[in-house]
Amino acid sequence: MNENEKKAFEAQLKSFIGRPIGPAMTGRDPVNEPMIRQWCDAMGETNPAHLDAAKAKGTVHGEIKAPPTMLQAWVMEGWAMHEGYDEPKNEQHRLHKFLADHGYTGVLGTNTEENYTRYLRLGEKVTAETVIAEISDEKATGRGIGYFITTRTKFWNEQGEELGSMSFRVLRYKPPAEAAAAAGGSQGKDAKGAAVAAKPTRIKPPMGQDNGWWWEKVAKENVLPIQRCADCGKLRHPPRPMCDACGSQKFDSIAASGRGKVHTFTVIHYPQFPGYDYPIVSIIVDLEEGERMASTLVECKPEAVQIGMPVELLIHQDEDGFKIPFFRPAKRG
Amino acid sequence: MKSPIHNAAAIAGIGQTAYTKKSGVSELALATEAVRKAIDDAGLKPSEVDGLVTYTMDSSDEVEVARAVGIGDMTFWSKVNYGGGAAVGLVAHAAMAVATGMAKNVVVYRALNGRSGQRMGQGVSGQIISSDLIHWSWYMPFGLLTPASWIALQAKLYMHKYGATVEHLAHVAITQRMHAQNNPNAAMRGKPMTMDDYMNARMICEPLRLFDCCQEDDGGCALLVTSAERAKDMKQKPAVIRGVTQASFEGQEQMTSFYRDDLAWLPEMELAGKIVYEQSGLGPKDIDAACLYDAFTPEVLMQLEAYGFCGRGEAKDFVTDKSLTLGGALPNNTHGGLLSEAYLHGVNNLAEGVRLIRGTSCNQPDGVEHVLVTSGVGVPTGAVIFGQA
Repeated sequence: MNENEKKAFEAQLKSFIGRPIGPAMTGRDPVNEPMIRQWCDAMGETNPAHLDAAKAKGTVHGEIKAPPTMLQAWVMEGWAMHEGYDEPKNEQHRLHKFLADHGYTGVLGTNTEENYTRYLRLGEKVTAETVIAEISDEKATGRGIGYFITTRTKFWNEQGEELGSMSFRVLRYKPPAEAAAAAGGSQGKDAKGAAVAAKPTRIKPPMGQDNGWWWEKVAKENVLPIQRCADCGKLRHPPRPMCDACGSQKFDSIAASGRGKVHTFTVIHYPQFPGYDYPIVSIIVDLEEGERMASTLVECKPEAVQIGMPVELLIHQDEDGFKIPFFRPAKRG
Repeated sequence: MKSPIHNAAAIAGIGQTAYTKKSGVSELALATEAVRKAIDDAGLKPSEVDGLVTYTMDSSDEVEVARAVGIGDMTFWSKVNYGGGAAVGLVAHAAMAVATGMAKNVVVYRALNGRSGQRMGQGVSGQIISSDLIHWSWYMPFGLLTPASWIALQAKLYMHKYGATVEHLAHVAITQRMHAQNNPNAAMRGKPMTMDDYMNARMICEPLRLFDCCQEDDGGCALLVTSAERAKDMKQKPAVIRGVTQASFEGQEQMTSFYRDDLAWLPEMELAGKIVYEQSGLGPKDIDAACLYDAFTPEVLMQLEAYGFCGRGEAKDFVTDKSLTLGGALPNNTHGGLLSEAYLHGVNNLAEGVRLIRGTSCNQPDGVEHVLVTSGVGVPTGAVIFGQA
């Protein structure tokens, strides 16, 4: 999709917000003992207030009540609801088909929230209406890029008395293989020639004149370069185009010994970006040469890292071939 | 020696929108509402405004705001760089303009859909940065992508060096949350926080838990800056600028000044303090209340030291002594701050500084003569001291 197509797509997507998925639906059967028993069996619920009329009489309810968490069960369509996705029968089907047709073929229920106004009595008929309440902006998730869709459902009985409500959120996403295909088929092929999902990768450094040479040296020479003023010899990191001591713009570099100490660190838990392994032990290293740099500590449990601990260089290579200088705890001796 | 900027300019109006998680309107709409309210608050007409200042990060350009609000001829405008570090810089630019006659009445503003639009906490990526892309390239590949991750590195060392603990960070967060309970405009009103709530929140970047990090919000906030002389005849009690400065210290980077000798210290804040104290002839003992920039709780501890409210490494004892609340040595962020009122990039902290001088804070301490307000931490920053007319 180009920018204009994307805009049109998103406008059409967002036009679903606020639409009821269809007319209100009433459950096929009123609240009844056999369904309660089935449900309790399946869920391992043994509370006699739901199962035994004689014992329920002695409870505060005085009669059998349906378990509150059964609320949605009274209006569920059963297997038939799955048949709607190819030939949409309601707005929810249409929304999901619209996204699937645009490559967002993955679907993942993420969370639900239910509110119960009161216990349901035997014989009540439950009606529900569901509205497409929210559609997020496009999000990058661990599963792939996609949209979170939230529906809200209200439940009431035949007298119009409110029984409860529910919100349900699903992620509709582009599995990485589809995303790569859509972006021009940049995914790899496995031995049999089948498409292999392109795994998300870390954000690469944009290569400019002032930093590109540094990353090239890492990649080609497997070293950690430190920029050095070609005139006065002062070291500097991160690289900059001028020496702040003598004003020279000429530079070369040395290869760091790779020995250093942790100056400070943090353990990054959240937010988590695709292409990185969490938690990340992020460190500022005092290099033996006197310069400092930001890097990542690997081969070390997060709880084991300490300020001042000796570390050593490790040129890490990602699956896509990108090389980056990491550190690990220094070996003894 | 007192500076020519001393007592030359004043804040005569403040304006703010509701602070929400989803404004439902454009950032320009928020900017114009805040600017218009600041002008109304000062009792002026839009046509009397001849200057505008905002953030380089703000999406509402000066002439767009001017056309929408009905501001006519303008002779001064500028934009200040470095995220939240810009906040006080806005006031500094406007104060210079009115002090030198470049403009008469300047409105400074910041408006953002910081929650429903581009979120700060989502971090940097190749898409949203341009000129300083190379700078970020030294951090992005390593996963150092968010403000919390950059600040955590400094906070860890600070706490290690001085023995400050998460309980000390919690004091800052809990005190400001308590302040927000009296603030009708605070996003965190009605959500008081206990030590358990704080400790049970999820870890973001060690040692920072969720409530060590400020919120993300939608909203706009603006201040009207005019000469101290003209301010006397306007509608509100003026907050006179005793001293104001921007400050960037040797070795400064944007959020990543990791290469200086002492990472457990904020030298740009120390510099800002030195300058505003010199300009005003005042010292830390003369400051009755403060709005110390609070995107993250450890920043408040470190600023207490940089501005001389306590010695180096002593902030942990200062905060546990109830010093940051009403009746304490330095009531701080009495509106709730960025942590508990809203993240308006620090301009809302400036507005609270003005209210403290007016005597209209939702948590008003007695006898406030001077208030210190600071800009973003970890970035090129600034400080201002407001005083009574």
